[in-house]
Amino acid sequence: MRKSLLGLRRAVSNLCALAAGAACLAIAAVSPAQAVEIQYWQYLFDSRVQAMTLLIKEFEAENPGITVKQVTFPYADYQTRIVAAKAGGRGPDVVQLFYGWLDNFIAGRLIQPLSKERFPAAQVEKDFFPIVSAMKYRDEYYGLPTAVRTMAMFYNKDLFQQAGLDPEKPPKTLSEFTAAAKAIAKRDAAGNYQTVGVAMDISRQDHNWWREMLVRQFGGEPYSADGSKVTYNSEGGRKALEFYTGLQTQQKVSQEGFMDEGQAAFRAGLAGMVIDGTFRIASFKTITTFKWGVAELPASDDGIRSNFGSYFANAIGASATGEKLAAAEKFLAFITSEKAMNVWLDKVGELPARRTVAMTEKNLADPVYGPFIRGLDYSHTTLFVDEAAQRQVAIDMINGVLLKNQPAAEALAAAVPKEQRIIDARKVK
Amino acid sequence: MSVTSAAAGRDEVPARLWDRLRISTKQVIWAWGFLAVPILFFTVVRFYPTAQAFYLSVTDWDLLREANFVGLENYRTMFADPLFWQVFRNTFAYLLVGTPLSIVISFAIAYYLDRVVILHGFIRALYFLPYLTTAAAMAWVWRWFYQPPPIGVINDLLIFLGLPTQPFLRSVDQGLYAIMATGIWAHLGFQIIIFLAGLRAIPTSYYEAARVDGLGELAVLGRITLPLLKPTTVFLVVFSSIGFLRIFDQVYNMTSNDPGGPLNSTKPLVLMIYQTAFSSYQMGYAAAQTVVLFTILLTISMAQLWILRSR
Repeated sequence: MRKSLLGLRRAVSNLCALAAGAACLAIAAVSPAQAVEIQYWQYLFDSRVQAMTLLIKEFEAENPGITVKQVTFPYADYQTRIVAAKAGGRGPDVVQLFYGWLDNFIAGRLIQPLSKERFPAAQVEKDFFPIVSAMKYRDEYYGLPTAVRTMAMFYNKDLFQQAGLDPEKPPKTLSEFTAAAKAIAKRDAAGNYQTVGVAMDISRQDHNWWREMLVRQFGGEPYSADGSKVTYNSEGGRKALEFYTGLQTQQKVSQEGFMDEGQAAFRAGLAGMVIDGTFRIASFKTITTFKWGVAELPASDDGIRSNFGSYFANAIGASATGEKLAAAEKFLAFITSEKAMNVWLDKVGELPARRTVAMTEKNLADPVYGPFIRGLDYSHTTLFVDEAAQRQVAIDMINGVLLKNQPAAEALAAAVPKEQRIIDARKVK
Repeated sequence: MSVTSAAAGRDEVPARLWDRLRISTKQVIWAWGFLAVPILFFTVVRFYPTAQAFYLSVTDWDLLREANFVGLENYRTMFADPLFWQVFRNTFAYLLVGTPLSIVISFAIAYYLDRVVILHGFIRALYFLPYLTTAAAMAWVWRWFYQPPPIGVINDLLIFLGLPTQPFLRSVDQGLYAIMATGIWAHLGFQIIIFLAGLRAIPTSYYEAARVDGLGELAVLGRITLPLLKPTTVFLVVFSSIGFLRIFDQVYNMTSNDPGGPLNSTKPLVLMIYQTAFSSYQMGYAAAQTVVLFTILLTISMAQLWILRSR
């Protein structure tokens, strides 16, 4: 019976491929749908896909009436594909999105708010880390994360030892950080770096490090509390920018573009330290040529700590209705459950988004995950409206100082109105 | 034939109509029948989208919401945007420096390669090889060449020669030319082959006559070779210009950490269009930029054909 039904469904879907839109939808609606099939979309990243395949298998075993089809696209095309699918009228039922895309996705009616009965706000806020609130829009939650990401400092224990530093005592403050970087950096007679103290990479994580950590640690605030005003054009912002660019121009401990990418420099054993995120752990775990460790991000000299928390959330596609919606809700609940989070930590290395799952003795004591998890407690989440464009503003600001010798204050003054325009343009719609 | 006339007797009009046509008319119908396929293809995948792009350029379409007519707003925004003008200058730098350079270099190589007898085919193949390679793969290889020490081949060479290292792609002054060099190199093989074909097509009797008249090498080049190569040169100049006006792969792949950077110093128009459309989803604005690019391409191609036309 089931086989013939499948045959029928296949025939119908073949027909759909041949005939055009509306007529087909009518036929599909008439066909008896015993097993509901929903689509889950995420971007292509090997360990994430494997973890999800595992979770889908478990979910289907628990829910025999539902099948989940995983669809992936390369990261660079991912958003475009979702938007194109929406335009074509066949979007995903459950979809993964970066929290910073939320405004865009809501404006484009790509996703729908979560049911208040199934996912009560109070419960969500009690169970998840506070950064989940970035998925809240006008009092409604639009998605929940499986895992969250924070940043920490990876350091090369071998290079620490060679430089006469204690490999078990990584720098705790920004001053210690600079001193360690100075001890490690090596240049030849012509001034070319052979080893950098710290690998710098503006376009990957350094712009976050500057925006959410350094600005705060030097006494500034990057944005107003509701995220609508850019406020880093302050003394704190200037000092933070001077500190960041000074590592290259004054302290001479690093060079942007050394080994092409910061993480590549670290992997190659040519960088003493690198500031990076949880998602790098899996890749660094394959390093065999030297010993490395993880430490919490250096605090400011007066003890201010900050971190950048971010995540991909799972949301329900706008087109899901009826039994598909019910199935999508079930699946969303499953992939944000404790069980799923442990699978994700194990397979992908990203931190559980639920407080109780993350903050276990075992996780906190873990030499690799511990520093990242401790960072969750003091992490901030930038309320991006257009992540790529806002990042570009930061990149250009830093490059203005590094490549055009612009004074930090001038670079900041040029960047603020640019970013403010991006924010204003999105908030109007 | 008898079948046809029998059919005609039963008043089958189409067959009779076809038979009554003259051969030449039939040929025309056949020709158009075959031509209809490419015409249909071009109408659907070329002309229709082109017309659509013109329409989109006066809307605010962002893929997500219905498009609204906004008149010339996109064009006003564009002409007031300093980034657009920088990108405009970059695009023309690629064109005005890249095209003449690539033509001169490829001609010089073809001119001398034409006289090489030993290993002629092998050397020609070597020059042609880059043209067969994917632009993206090539761009990545060059990206590694341009790296700072200790991994950049060119900088390592500079150190070996005792010269100061250069920032190349990390410089607002050198970035564009570093990328342009890749573009020139990539198309060199193709241009050399075309020039070689052009050189071989010049009848040897002209050269013999010149030698009899006692013309020097330079005079032969200026009076015979170059004038007779004009159609080839026109073709290559137009072809190369269009290539440089549409440069994208090299730039995007060599600066993927900060596409078109640093500080937009290497960004060509096509990359700006790409980012406007597929990072910011401002399809209307991107279409307006496309219309500008289209106009430039059309004007320059027409102007070159007119300037270099054969009198």
